[in-house]
Amino acid sequence: MQNTGNASPASGSFFTDPRKRAWLFQIVAVVIVVAIGWFLFNNTQTNLQHRGITSGFGFLQNSAGFGISQHLIDYTESDTYSRVFLVGLLNTLLVSALGIVLATIIGFTLGVARLSPNWLIRRLAGVYIETIRNIPPLLQIFFWYFAVLSPLPGPRQSLELGEVFFVNNRGLYMPAPVAAPGMWPFWIALLVAVVGSVLLRRWARARQHLTGLPFPVLWCSLGLLILLPGLTVVISGVPFDWDMPVLQGFNFRGGWVVIPELISIVMALSLYTAAFIGETVRSGIQSVSHGQTEAASSLGLRPGLTLRLVIIPQALRVIIPPLTSQYLNLVKNSSLAAAIGYPEMVSLFAGTVLNQTGQAIETMMITMSVYLAISISISVLMNVYNKRIALIER
Amino acid sequence: MSEAIKQAVVSDKMMIHMQGVNKWYGQFHVLKDINLAVTQGERIVLCGPSGSGKSTTIRCINRLEEHQQGQIIVDGTELTNDLKQIERIRSEVGMVFQHFNLFPHLTVLQNCTLAPLWVRKMPRKEAEEIAMHYLQRVRIPEQAHKYPGQLSGGQQQRVAIARALCMKPKIMLFDEPTSALDPEMVKEVLDTMIGLAQDGMTMLCVTHEMGFARTVANRVIFMDKGEIVEQAPPDQFFDHPQNERTKLFLGQILH
Repeated sequence: MQNTGNASPASGSFFTDPRKRAWLFQIVAVVIVVAIGWFLFNNTQTNLQHRGITSGFGFLQNSAGFGISQHLIDYTESDTYSRVFLVGLLNTLLVSALGIVLATIIGFTLGVARLSPNWLIRRLAGVYIETIRNIPPLLQIFFWYFAVLSPLPGPRQSLELGEVFFVNNRGLYMPAPVAAPGMWPFWIALLVAVVGSVLLRRWARARQHLTGLPFPVLWCSLGLLILLPGLTVVISGVPFDWDMPVLQGFNFRGGWVVIPELISIVMALSLYTAAFIGETVRSGIQSVSHGQTEAASSLGLRPGLTLRLVIIPQALRVIIPPLTSQYLNLVKNSSLAAAIGYPEMVSLFAGTVLNQTGQAIETMMITMSVYLAISISISVLMNVYNKRIALIER
Repeated sequence: MSEAIKQAVVSDKMMIHMQGVNKWYGQFHVLKDINLAVTQGERIVLCGPSGSGKSTTIRCINRLEEHQQGQIIVDGTELTNDLKQIERIRSEVGMVFQHFNLFPHLTVLQNCTLAPLWVRKMPRKEAEEIAMHYLQRVRIPEQAHKYPGQLSGGQQQRVAIARALCMKPKIMLFDEPTSALDPEMVKEVLDTMIGLAQDGMTMLCVTHEMGFARTVANRVIFMDKGEIVEQAPPDQFFDHPQNERTKLFLGQILH
């Protein structure tokens, strides 16, 4: 009677068997998610119909009809909304790229300065970090825009540097290079110098493997990079003519102009994020035990080499993950530029275009996808790098 | 075996000379008038209760710690603030730490070749040959391409010894090399050190392995409260200690 030949262990009632319960919960969860999704979709559709808004992305082909203060690609008022999208995307990418590069440089400097044996440098870096990272970034953008750049004199009273650079409340004006007859030899010489430096580096490394003698690659490459193009300038003339900014009427014409909105947002974001990166770098370096420094010193390695060969490679694996989230923060904070009217994704696309077309769902979806795409790309890149430098243990 | 080691050549050439060395950490007087002369091939064991200054003493020899008074001469070079001289001494003096301090981001082989490549400016091939030679010597050549994290404590400490030997040092300093090891791994490390002693390496060793001291040392030095209390050949030191503090210490560690 007891051996029924059934192999599976006796199961309890439906409500006490964990496996059956797990299935039940799964099914309930799926039903809830589908129901909410359907409600949202249906609700949106009905509301759009009630208000007579056509959905879809057809509006992208319509003419925008408004001007943009900074565009990296050609743009006129008659261009389409899709062109506006591209302008906004490039402006966001420009702010993000400039911000990331500057914040990284300033941040690493701050991090090392925080650990300096020099009391004054250490204190200054500490005060900087504690001040800057405790002030909201939007306020810092306003500070640069309204307190630093707005009070600058108008174009006619511009501050000037050697009659070449002009700073006023409309931006920073500088000469723009225009191709001249001497351009091609210059580019070719530059290319040769770059390729030469790469080969030189490779040769020097091979020689060090073979003979142990190091070679001053940095200085020789620098020499190559300066001398070769310099020579072509002497022989075949200047590669670029300069388009000078000239005061005409009430403003400057010609040259390149960096608008104050861009300066404000880049300054504020890179200085703000640098404070966080500085702390990240400091903690990364401090996470490497002092025993590592002692072991390297006891082998006769000089402090510079110890930092480069032993400390930094180990600190990086602690620094990279929080550094990644700082980069992501910077990209997302670049949307704060909307507050001072810098034409990036949010102010341009989720702002002006949305107001003009009323296509709220589409513009929002596009704008959000852009930030998602940029952020995920940065994450993936940084994770690949992090994996490469990870420690192997067991 | 003991006798073979004892007869290993000890020459008259002075390798380390410490004279009137004093050191303070703030108000705390860690080293009190240390006088110590070590000749080539001598093997010295330093022991004493914790905080007695034995580690600090050997760490002064390669300037991991700075002494504030007195004179330290290592292989004819005086330790001063001159960075060049400190570097020269460090490349002549190998050190093994309690916690191994291997570089975890480098393979065992790279750990061993790092200093020969960058300090001695040796060709890579030669550096790797030397590294493999010493890895063979500590009996773990098959681990050369693993990372320190993949090895046992005893293996890591042997790699650390090989890493120091790759610089072909004239003096080896050991700072409690077996204190962080599981009991079953102590022997493999001590055997490696005994092998070094047989080859006539000048060694200063902070350790509580009294069996090792008896077998290998020419001289055992007992330190307490920052001063050298007693020093004698091992037989005399263990069997007929003179000072009361030495007797007390030996009574506590030899059961």
